[in-house]
Amino acid sequence: MKFRLTLWKLVFLVTICLGIYSAYVRYAHGLGAVSNMSDQFPWGIWIGFDVLCGVMLAAGGFIVTGAVHLLNIKWMHSVVRPTILTAFLGYCLVIVGLLFDLGRPWYIWHQLIYMNPHSVMFEVGFCVMFYTTVLFFEFLPNVLERFNLKQSLRWVKGIMAGLVVAGILLSTLHQSSLGALYLIMPGKLHPFWYTPALPFFFFGSAVAVGLAMTIFESSLSSRVFGRQLELPVLVQLGDVLLVALWINALLRFEDFFHRGQLRNIFKPSYEAYFLWLELTLAFVIPITLLSFKRIRRSPDGLYLASVACLLGFVTNRLNVSVTGFETWVGHHYVPKWTEFMITLAIVSSGFALFGLAVKYLPIFPEVQHSPAAQPLELIANNAVPVAVLVENAGD
Amino acid sequence: MSKALLYDATICIGCKQCEVACAQQNKLPYSDEIAAESVQSEHKYTVVLTKQEKFMRRLCMHCEHPACASVCPVGAFHKTAEGPVVYDVWKCIGCRYCMVACAFAQPKYEWQSLNPRVRKCIMCPDRVKAGQQTACAEICPTGATKFGERDELIKEAQSRIQQNPSNYVPHIYGLNEVGGTSVLLLSSVPFEAFGYPKSEKLGDTPMPEYTGRVMSKIPDFIPLWSLVLGGVYWITHRREDVAAAEAEERKLKHSKDGAR
Repeated sequence: MKFRLTLWKLVFLVTICLGIYSAYVRYAHGLGAVSNMSDQFPWGIWIGFDVLCGVMLAAGGFIVTGAVHLLNIKWMHSVVRPTILTAFLGYCLVIVGLLFDLGRPWYIWHQLIYMNPHSVMFEVGFCVMFYTTVLFFEFLPNVLERFNLKQSLRWVKGIMAGLVVAGILLSTLHQSSLGALYLIMPGKLHPFWYTPALPFFFFGSAVAVGLAMTIFESSLSSRVFGRQLELPVLVQLGDVLLVALWINALLRFEDFFHRGQLRNIFKPSYEAYFLWLELTLAFVIPITLLSFKRIRRSPDGLYLASVACLLGFVTNRLNVSVTGFETWVGHHYVPKWTEFMITLAIVSSGFALFGLAVKYLPIFPEVQHSPAAQPLELIANNAVPVAVLVENAGD
Repeated sequence: MSKALLYDATICIGCKQCEVACAQQNKLPYSDEIAAESVQSEHKYTVVLTKQEKFMRRLCMHCEHPACASVCPVGAFHKTAEGPVVYDVWKCIGCRYCMVACAFAQPKYEWQSLNPRVRKCIMCPDRVKAGQQTACAEICPTGATKFGERDELIKEAQSRIQQNPSNYVPHIYGLNEVGGTSVLLLSSVPFEAFGYPKSEKLGDTPMPEYTGRVMSKIPDFIPLWSLVLGGVYWITHRREDVAAAEAEERKLKHSKDGAR
């Protein structure tokens, strides 16, 4: 196919080029040169976004496989493959992000031999490592089907039940443990976000975001790849998401109430503004939208609710990892542009790899591709920025 | 018994000899510019702060239950029997959790290095093991930094406060903070004035307990949760098998009836 340079392809290429330059600065001049991290702010957005949010956004994998294989919920079947793909890519990119963030990434394997069972970080690292392996095997059928390797396919499907159980177990552990990382900083983290319930909140938000991400990526890929939107499936996912959001919201309220923070959260302060932003995006907007039957059953309403929800919980994790420490430290942390570029490049390659996988693997097997017909319509429809990029990623 | 340092700010004259000795001992650069730096960094493990004619040292507190040692995924930190909390650089992967976790913000990082290390006061472990005092205590001309058995230093600190109550804040900083530290501080002005976290905010609970409460549940959680998940799988699929078998039976019966 002829290569056509579209706006979003250009954005993608520029992002990747700047990302490569930033990667060069990282490995040629060190963390100090590439980032605004310091002794006061040892963890920046590479931990706050790439790791904390990356793992959260990839949570759909264990929720959807669990619902389909464990609870035997049949209607979710059509979203299993794209969700596993998202999760697998997500975890791989989290590991890529870690290779930038770790001061001595070439010793990352020390995790396997110098184990400290008291460390939450050790537990997270171990679970992420094993879960990525599990996701690899859950993803494998796509490749095996593509090349018609029936024997191996049977073998992988034979161990699928074990994989799913292991996947949920490992996910429960590390999704919650990401929150437990912050339990050791009671004096440093702002009381809006420091709570003994952090592990529960991190797990709860992962469940909500896993569902929201599944709606988001199904909506997006239906627009991009011109698939029939499985609206009934998304509507049902929206119902579950509404319940998950209510549970999350009520638990947050309970927590503020029991720790006597209810009075403080309404007083204007630097932290309060960020908390309001987080709560509005994560709870107020999506719960309101999903509460109306008409919005809940419309593709646009579901899309909007899921995007607000994703942004809200991303804000939550950035608040826990960055905003919540600024008062204790006494100054602000704003990432350097090279820090942003590495994160953006990682996110962009995630979208591109998703597009490639969909193009060459039976992720949406029921759909026949008609690549020639789609791009025209998509260029006209600028509402979906990554659309054209993803569609043409394989060119 | 474990060793400790007692720093009495009321005796300190701010000569910064401890900074010099520390730099020499740890082969760190030292110059007039570095002497003027009033923050700890990867090339300055200890600093003598000055505020309105009052002095205060800052250095790693060498907690009895160090957070850095408990959070390190590869166990690069450990508390030695003698008291110092030491760092094994060859294990470190550079995750910097120690820096985030330390309540006293002591670990510093070589941000400019391509093979960065975590840097902090390690309480001269070789000297301490050999029965010597730390470099800073040895050089101190007034005895403001004193090295000794932790128990004896606590008794001495208590008697100093008792004999001269007007001279001191009635508190030994490090006696119970985060479960006790191997560096004990006495001062005539509140410790917060020099950036030490408030004692009430720190509490007496050893930091590792905050995460330990969660981590200790994991060995029980893994088999239990696996059992539940496996059980759910078995039940849902068994139900499906039973339904299929019943349908089969009904069909068989139906066809038999039809034949008759």
